[in-house]
Amino acid sequence: MKNHVWRPLFVVLAIVGGILIARTLLVPKDFGIHDRGYMYGWHRISSEAEWKKFPVKYKTAEVCIKCHKDKYNDIKDSPHAPISCENCHGPNYDHPKDPVGLKIDRSRALCIRCHALLPYKGSARAKIPGIDPVKHHPEAECVMCHYPHNPTRPNPKYAKPGVKS
Amino acid sequence: MMNRREFCKKSMIIAGGIALPLTALEIFNPKRLRAEKDGKGNVRWVFLVDIHKCVGCGLCVKACKIENDVNWDANVTRTWVERYVVTKDGHTYIDSPKGARDGFTTQKIDQAHAGLKDVNPDDITKGYFVPKLCNHCENPPCVQVCPVGATYQTKEGVVLVDRSWCIGCGYCVMGCPYGVRYFHPELHVAEKCTLCYHRLCQGMKTACVDACPFGARRVGNIRDPEDPVTKIITTEQVNVLKEEFGTKPQVFYLGYSMEVK
Repeated sequence: MKNHVWRPLFVVLAIVGGILIARTLLVPKDFGIHDRGYMYGWHRISSEAEWKKFPVKYKTAEVCIKCHKDKYNDIKDSPHAPISCENCHGPNYDHPKDPVGLKIDRSRALCIRCHALLPYKGSARAKIPGIDPVKHHPEAECVMCHYPHNPTRPNPKYAKPGVKS
Repeated sequence: MMNRREFCKKSMIIAGGIALPLTALEIFNPKRLRAEKDGKGNVRWVFLVDIHKCVGCGLCVKACKIENDVNWDANVTRTWVERYVVTKDGHTYIDSPKGARDGFTTQKIDQAHAGLKDVNPDDITKGYFVPKLCNHCENPPCVQVCPVGATYQTKEGVVLVDRSWCIGCGYCVMGCPYGVRYFHPELHVAEKCTLCYHRLCQGMKTACVDACPFGARRVGNIRDPEDPVTKIITTEQVNVLKEEFGTKPQVFYLGYSMEVK
């Protein structure tokens, strides 16, 4: 047959070959069907290891207690005992090597997350002592009267008698 | 000339011959057969939310955002808390300002363009908070629709996104019936809750579970019959969200109410 009949076929073959070569170069070696089969497990498996390497920032209260036993004793019998240290003191990151993360949040905004009164019957929120943030001493920070580690005591730093818990 | 018998014979052979290559093309792969069977390892993470215990403090959302480097100010979040307030006239008001990143600190309910709704406390019949996160479905629709294999499920049941492989087409964002996926504001790839895969793999709990002072959030292994979370799921009245979608969600709710969407 004449050459001009075959020529388009060579062009098509070259394109197909080019795509196949590009595919082997671009698609990672570990790309394929993994644990969850075709439908849910078609992926690059090294991506799992990448996610596993993601740095942990919140190291939990267990880590804090190792060095700060005194603070643990301070809070352990308080109504605030279930609150993890890092919720107020900030995430651990690499403390004590790198204390950058530990920025204590003493703000009113933190306290009213739980203590702004929301009167929803049946909800656990209604059982928490609550205030109206607009009316209850809006000029002051909560910690000026209330001791955060144990709200049943007044804050010794500001020693103000007669504060109700 | 062909008689009827011969015609029938030949057409059956041709029909058989056409059907055969379809099955013959499927290469027998023992590895894949094993993978598609149920034996996917002995860990399958599940999540348990107790609506009765949640007070809407939003510390879980804050911890999640910091732990996972989720953009703090952009209106995106991997987990959020919704407030449901039902009034005597049968109305349900729902809001989740900033995904409850700063908790619920006012009785005014954010009704978007309708403004802040101040509900009279005497008119409220019930009010509660519902934490939401990725359901890490057993049949994740978001994974099925990915055209490039950038999102997948690990053998522990966690649905993840391969950031370097995602093309940002948004099919998964549209495909998720729970609306848990979004675009990363800077990387422009699909983002979602990883169930703190990096923490679970180290034997820790998720950041939101560790941050919750009330035990409203828990994570467990459903394949371990001794796991306290497994015991609750298998022996108590739990519910899942949007069961009718057939996604088999793996976040279970205690104290679920019909208003929850």
